[in-house]
Amino acid sequence: MYQYDDFDDTFVRERVEIFRSQVARRLDGSLTEDEFKPLRLQNGLYLQLHAYMLRVAIPYGTLSSRQMRQLAMIAERWDKGYGHFTTRQNIQFNWPKLRDVPDILGALADVGMHAIQTSGNCVRNVTADHFAGAAADEIEDPRPTAELVRQWSTDHPEFAFLPRKFKIAVSGSPNDRAVTKSHDIGLRMVLNDAGEPGYEVSVGGGLGRTPILAQVIRRFLPKADLLPYLEAILQVYNLRGRRDNKHKARLKIVLHEHGLEQVRLWVEEAFQAQRTLFTPPDDLIRKIAASFTEPQWKDAPVPPVLSPGVAQFLRTNVARHKRLDHAIVTVSLKARGETPGDATAEQMRVLANLAERYSHDELRISHEQNVILPHVHRADLAAVHAALERVGLATPNAGLISDIISCPGMDYCALATARSIPVAKGIAEAFADMARQRDIGGLKIKISGCINACGHHHVGHIGILGLEKAGVESYQVTLGGDGTETAAIGERAGPGFSADEIVPAVERLVEAYLALRASRDETFIRTYRRLGAQPFKDALYPEVKSDAA
Amino acid sequence: MAKKFKTSIVTANDLLTGDVVYLTAAGDWSLRHGDAELLTEEAQAQTLLRAAEEQYDQVVGPYLAEAEPGPDGARPIHFREAFRARGPSNYPHGKQAQG
Ligand code: SF4
Repeated sequence: MYQYDDFDDTFVRERVEIFRSQVARRLDGSLTEDEFKPLRLQNGLYLQLHAYMLRVAIPYGTLSSRQMRQLAMIAERWDKGYGHFTTRQNIQFNWPKLRDVPDILGALADVGMHAIQTSGNCVRNVTADHFAGAAADEIEDPRPTAELVRQWSTDHPEFAFLPRKFKIAVSGSPNDRAVTKSHDIGLRMVLNDAGEPGYEVSVGGGLGRTPILAQVIRRFLPKADLLPYLEAILQVYNLRGRRDNKHKARLKIVLHEHGLEQVRLWVEEAFQAQRTLFTPPDDLIRKIAASFTEPQWKDAPVPPVLSPGVAQFLRTNVARHKRLDHAIVTVSLKARGETPGDATAEQMRVLANLAERYSHDELRISHEQNVILPHVHRADLAAVHAALERVGLATPNAGLISDIISCPGMDYCALATARSIPVAKGIAEAFADMARQRDIGGLKIKISGCINACGHHHVGHIGILGLEKAGVESYQVTLGGDGTETAAIGERAGPGFSADEIVPAVERLVEAYLALRASRDETFIRTYRRLGAQPFKDALYPEVKSDAA
Repeated sequence: MAKKFKTSIVTANDLLTGDVVYLTAAGDWSLRHGDAELLTEEAQAQTLLRAAEEQYDQVVGPYLAEAEPGPDGARPIHFREAFRARGPSNYPHGKQAQG
């Protein structure tokens, strides 16, 4: 893993002290809230419905055991004993006190973490495939690229005040687990005809009010050209992005208004100029690459799996590792009755201990709000499963209907128009029977509490968007979304459902799928693609169907 | 067209804790929605809101929220205000914990 050097450490600690003095000036009345707000946001501190919220960056979702333990300590000492992992691979603390935040940031700096650029109109935390460095289908580990992009974009003076926030995701595999098509820039590792790795670069993706999938602007970008090319895209965006209307300020609107070809011309022109000015940071690239060398793999025989509980866990929560004797374990943070993405301090410590003992000290946070142990030897799977079971973390539901993405919604978020957590819990409860979940198979439900779409509802097989209608919460359903390499934006099904109606509506959709699928192997999304939306709409709105009959 | 004024309270978040607070008739801030002063006159509501905005060393983001009389003092009308008054629905970590 990348370790902070003296420069990084000094930079982050100086920022902590600057913020400490800003908080002191806010508390003694020298700064008004209008003056203080942009300063706190630059340090990831929001004011939510019931309290402040601190959003901490987990660069490309990678954590060491020591860092996870520190997050547990922060949760216990300064929060209410838990943290919330988000679709941006960050962690949010929901209850910090303003006076404590500089100390929290200091505690983060102690383990090489911070909350810088987790808010504001800048390049945000770079995200990546949560199976990075472990996946069997990987061309190359995307984390050295993500780390390079992180260093380039952190405190980049030219891009500190962009028209709007800017998100970059990196995938090292042809199978896109990083939802690259919904980012301002999506980098997907590919091989050229000579077999050299480089990037397919997509631009202008984004969910929110105007969901648009990113378009490919460069089929193949040599690795050495990455930074000048990114610099070129950001320059074009910084100049051309609209600043007159917040809702039209993202890169996707530049693409929409000027077209891909024009944007490509601008980017190529800026790129050629950049390239001549640019000295490749070879030493830095070598140093970063050296931080991501492979661990010393454990060599041991792989025993047969005996217990049915472990076997079940293996089927859902364990993915193929690039080494046949190892496995990638997804630890679901979606146990029945729990809030998606939440982990208690105790659970974080258990995960840290397991990573230290069984996963070469590495943990990942997935955009699906789960925790990954990326390098577990197959001989250790039973022990890992038993340890997870003791703290309620062994739910074998990864990828199943109860593995729901849910944003905090109106239980916490000041921007929300409706709650999302109770809907997620209601659906998980309705489908609590694990045998039924397995029968239903892979199905991704994603829930957002407002149009900002932090819960990625547009790319859910079933997406749910919480809105307000006539003074009550109302839930709009989208169908057929997909966040993978076969990305698609879901189609709005029809009128919304009340808080009481939304769970039964999802049940009707699932019943329809079970009746319609060609075989048990045909997943929900495949059945949807084969048959189209209509039979699902008929199930959602049976009264409309009977009226038409 | 300007929205017609309806009976409201002044609410904000506490500067130090972020807690949801309500302006009382005595002019201080309470954690209980029921303690909020119900303001029936728009002019008075605006005056109190401006005064609250001046208290930026105590509270953040004051605004007027519609409310109505209830058996236990002022009660919220919009569901968002009801959630703010109660705390999150997934844990008893908000006002629920304070009884
Ligand atoms: S989608 Fe809306 S409600 Fe949910 S976290 Fe984002 S801004 Fe808040």
